[in-house]
Amino acid sequence: MSTPPVVRVMEREARVLARLWRGMVFSTLLSPLLFLAAMGLGLGGLVKAHTGRVAGLTYLDFVAPGLMVASAMQLAANEAMWPVLGGVKWMKTFHATVATPITAGEIVVGYVLWVVVRAIGASTVFFVVAALLGAVPSAWGVLAIPAAALCAGAFAAPLAAYSVTLDTDLVFPVIMRVGVLPLFLFSGTFFPLSQLPSGLRPLAAMSPLWHGVELARGATTGTLHIGADIVHVLVLLACVGAGFAWGRRTFARRLTS
Amino acid sequence: MDPLIEARALTKRFGGFVAVDGIDFVIRPGEAFGFLGPNGAGKSSTMRMIGCVSPVSGGTLRVLGMDPAADGAQIRARLGVVPQEDNLDTELTVWDNLMIYGRYFDLPRAEIRRRAEELLEFVQLTDRRDSRVDPLSGGMKRRLTIARALINEPEVLLLDEPTTGLDPQARHMLWERLYRLKQDGVTLVLTTHYMDEAEQLCDRLVIMDAGRIVAEGSPRDLVATHATREVVELRFGRAAEQHAALARVRTLAPRVEPVADRLLVYTDDGDATAAAVTADGVGAASVLVRRASLEDVFLILTGRTLEE
Repeated sequence: MSTPPVVRVMEREARVLARLWRGMVFSTLLSPLLFLAAMGLGLGGLVKAHTGRVAGLTYLDFVAPGLMVASAMQLAANEAMWPVLGGVKWMKTFHATVATPITAGEIVVGYVLWVVVRAIGASTVFFVVAALLGAVPSAWGVLAIPAAALCAGAFAAPLAAYSVTLDTDLVFPVIMRVGVLPLFLFSGTFFPLSQLPSGLRPLAAMSPLWHGVELARGATTGTLHIGADIVHVLVLLACVGAGFAWGRRTFARRLTS
Repeated sequence: MDPLIEARALTKRFGGFVAVDGIDFVIRPGEAFGFLGPNGAGKSSTMRMIGCVSPVSGGTLRVLGMDPAADGAQIRARLGVVPQEDNLDTELTVWDNLMIYGRYFDLPRAEIRRRAEELLEFVQLTDRRDSRVDPLSGGMKRRLTIARALINEPEVLLLDEPTTGLDPQARHMLWERLYRLKQDGVTLVLTTHYMDEAEQLCDRLVIMDAGRIVAEGSPRDLVATHATREVVELRFGRAAEQHAALARVRTLAPRVEPVADRLLVYTDDGDATAAAVTADGVGAASVLVRRASLEDVFLILTGRTLEE
């Protein structure tokens, strides 16, 4: 009875989580839930008093799926940068792993799948809290969880592929500030893309986060559009697939040259 | 007996740099085989090719009768690897390091637990099983790395500079453990730049320099073939005195090698040569007679010392 190699790679991450879960749960969930309270309830109340609705939704209903997927993206970005460089550069545990029957390509796939599992866990907790606050009007809402997980994979796979090529972590804070933060703010998370200057809208629509947020919002509000949603899923799957293909090469080059 | 590992014209290139330059060697089951040489001689590159984590650039390599390019995973399943740099998992405990590594080999958990108990006993870390890795001493980390490398009960254990950076006591403890493994029939393949380590552990070794093998044999045979029986070491007060004495000493013995702080005089009768040197009044501050070692073999073959 053999276990697939990528699952065995994930077992290591699960073991670390089993030891450190308290700190991880806290750091993973605190920020999104604070955002939900501040934006959904605080700002949402203000929006209600002034314009009433955003894209036909209460602001809480609008922002909750956006925050959920954006948090999954942030989790994925963090986990695909420092720990990956740690595995190849600081702890060098990936070097120990490729000395076993596990291959470099299986490490990147297993690691990214583990990040997706983490995103499912974090999104589920967020989803339950959002539902308790009344931010999930539709029973289709649970589909927002796989949407967030897919979006996490779309970020984790290419970023992990890139991180493994580095020698220092100097560029990571830059990626967070210049890449992840603008996506977080301008991917239809806090306001519809229609608020952006028309020239910037196509740019924002290229963001994988936007595709994830659209999927999740369609689910929580029960406004699924099959054609558009298939496109969103395909875009995100393409990011995952391209990330895996690239990662197999970069991990192999770094670990087995 | 079929060789466990066999290399013919084995070559490793990194871009234009040739790290391993067409070497041949055969390693047989149950022996302790060493690659001795200075840093940069190509030892680690050779080990990485044997360990199937570095593709061969030229020549042929067979490990356990298989081709690393085609059967890397199957070969690695039967190897144990102790790398030069510790790469233990510092986010896990001692025990979990063994459990997780065992899972990489797809071993059942109950079997890993059984082996982990035994291995911790073997490397004398049982009382540290729940400790994290960071607080362990250098010697303990090395021993844990060896335990980890043995979790799949490998037929061949690859050790890259196993005792570099360890204090003498930790080195001797490690040698003693490795010696026991060898007695249990595990084939040991190691690299080292310590000639005492090579003499202690290796049945047979090759001396590498600049990507090539310059000599091969048992430690005793290598000394007998390439060096004289004894060596007279002459130390001088000042470098200029040593320099001035060189030509005179050369008239007294056929082979004299100057190194940084002394002259090494190769001779079959150390006492007689020492007496001749003293009688000649070359003005050495100290004269020491000792047996020739692998260090001398390396110096004679390459003109350089191992640890420079």
